[in-house]
Amino acid sequence: MPSTPPDDLRYSREHEWVKVDGSQATIGITSYAADELGDIVFVETPDVGAQLKQFATFGVVESVKAVSDLYAPISGEVTEVNPALSDSPELLNSAPFDEGWIAKVTLSDAAELDALLDAEAYAALTGG
Amino acid sequence: MTEAPPALRRTPLHDRHVALGARMVPFAGWEMPVQYGGIIDEHRTVRNAVGLFDLSHMGEIQVSGGEALAFARYAVVSDPGTLEPGQAQYSMLCDESGGIIDDLIVYRTDDGYLLVCNAANHDTVLTHLERLREHGDFDAELEDRSERTALIAPQGPRAAELLAGLTDLDLDGLGYYRSIRGDVAGIECLVARTGYTGEDGFELFVDARRAPRLWDALVEAGEPLGLKPCGLGSRDTLRLEAGMPLYGNELDRETNPYEANLGRVVKLDKGEFVGRAALASVQQTGPQRKLVGLVVRDGAIARHGYAVRVDGAEAGAVTSGTASPTLGEPIAMAYVPAESAAVGEEVEIVVRERPHPAEQVKLPFYKRPKPDAG
Repeated sequence: MPSTPPDDLRYSREHEWVKVDGSQATIGITSYAADELGDIVFVETPDVGAQLKQFATFGVVESVKAVSDLYAPISGEVTEVNPALSDSPELLNSAPFDEGWIAKVTLSDAAELDALLDAEAYAALTGG
Repeated sequence: MTEAPPALRRTPLHDRHVALGARMVPFAGWEMPVQYGGIIDEHRTVRNAVGLFDLSHMGEIQVSGGEALAFARYAVVSDPGTLEPGQAQYSMLCDESGGIIDDLIVYRTDDGYLLVCNAANHDTVLTHLERLREHGDFDAELEDRSERTALIAPQGPRAAELLAGLTDLDLDGLGYYRSIRGDVAGIECLVARTGYTGEDGFELFVDARRAPRLWDALVEAGEPLGLKPCGLGSRDTLRLEAGMPLYGNELDRETNPYEANLGRVVKLDKGEFVGRAALASVQQTGPQRKLVGLVVRDGAIARHGYAVRVDGAEAGAVTSGTASPTLGEPIAMAYVPAESAAVGEEVEIVVRERPHPAEQVKLPFYKRPKPDAG
């Protein structure tokens, strides 16, 4: 069952989350997305230095049965990628909001956060 | 106004799946469980303990009458004439060109021959068999028992232990591809030691009305053995690891048995059968393409339809592929030109426009460990 979306995150309609820390942000997928996908077996992450554009695809997540695009919830430059995901893609199922983080990004436009949902709105979207 | 699509059919166990929290999906016109708790967990449960599958969507066609055997020998590519009572064989129905109409299992039972075919091909197979019977004027009856027959399959190293507690039948004496009629949990079934997982296991053919009771009995008795219900998702990953073909992926009307590594199933010398001349010709010249097993060593997952390159040129396509839970690597099957098929040789599989090296390996990818001799 998906867990309650944490209050301190912002969410996109494509089921990605953003945790903001000043000008830095961490991004990942929600437990709702992970549950829909089923067992995740592979994550194609962006390279460090890649420029993400809000709502554009930035990687791929694969479950046993399907391949799904990842959509950037905000724009910015990738500064770090979660090294644990190549050996343990299942972290996206077990800990999507923390150890399963996908990338850290330097925000290029904080105003973009206004286009995202807060936890309550996201919970409503996902029937939580 | 658009017409509503026909409603999906449900097996007698539909309510059980929903109550267990299964994710239900359409499959061959049926509403079937694809997973309950998770495909990988279900897969591992079959490899290590015992999983329970509902296969009631499959077709069961009984052939009986004075010329039942002659008809069966004419229709399928294998030779049911070699079957002892209770014995079964894997086989195929081919058309006049040698193209595969379906792969199936033929069981010799006490009232004739039972053909168990894929759900997706049920109507095609029935129509084809009826036509053959009429044209050949065989003294044989065809009875479609699919609707009244449910099929429940416990599969895994603990499947025998599970059944032993529920039946007086001599399971030790029931070898692979053998069947026997008897009671399991007090319910009459045809107990067959067949399966599609690469593990030891059984397929229980039971009256549809009794299926829920049998399912419940197996689930209850299986609890201390670690039994879990398993869906079509794990069924697919298990059979792929075991190197078994799936109709619609590895097998279709444009494919003959020799291309699919199934030449050993075809018995050209048994006498006349549908497709014989075409198949004899392929056997003589050799097939133009061959099904091979592939492992992608860099971890990129190959999937159905992805292009396969040989020496840099596109030469075929992946028929089935997945991340193998047992091997921990992506595995795939693909057709390549016959001259390129060689264990140890490399090809490339294109994943999201980038080629990835894949090594040809001997099938099956997984073979279950032999039981201890001592």
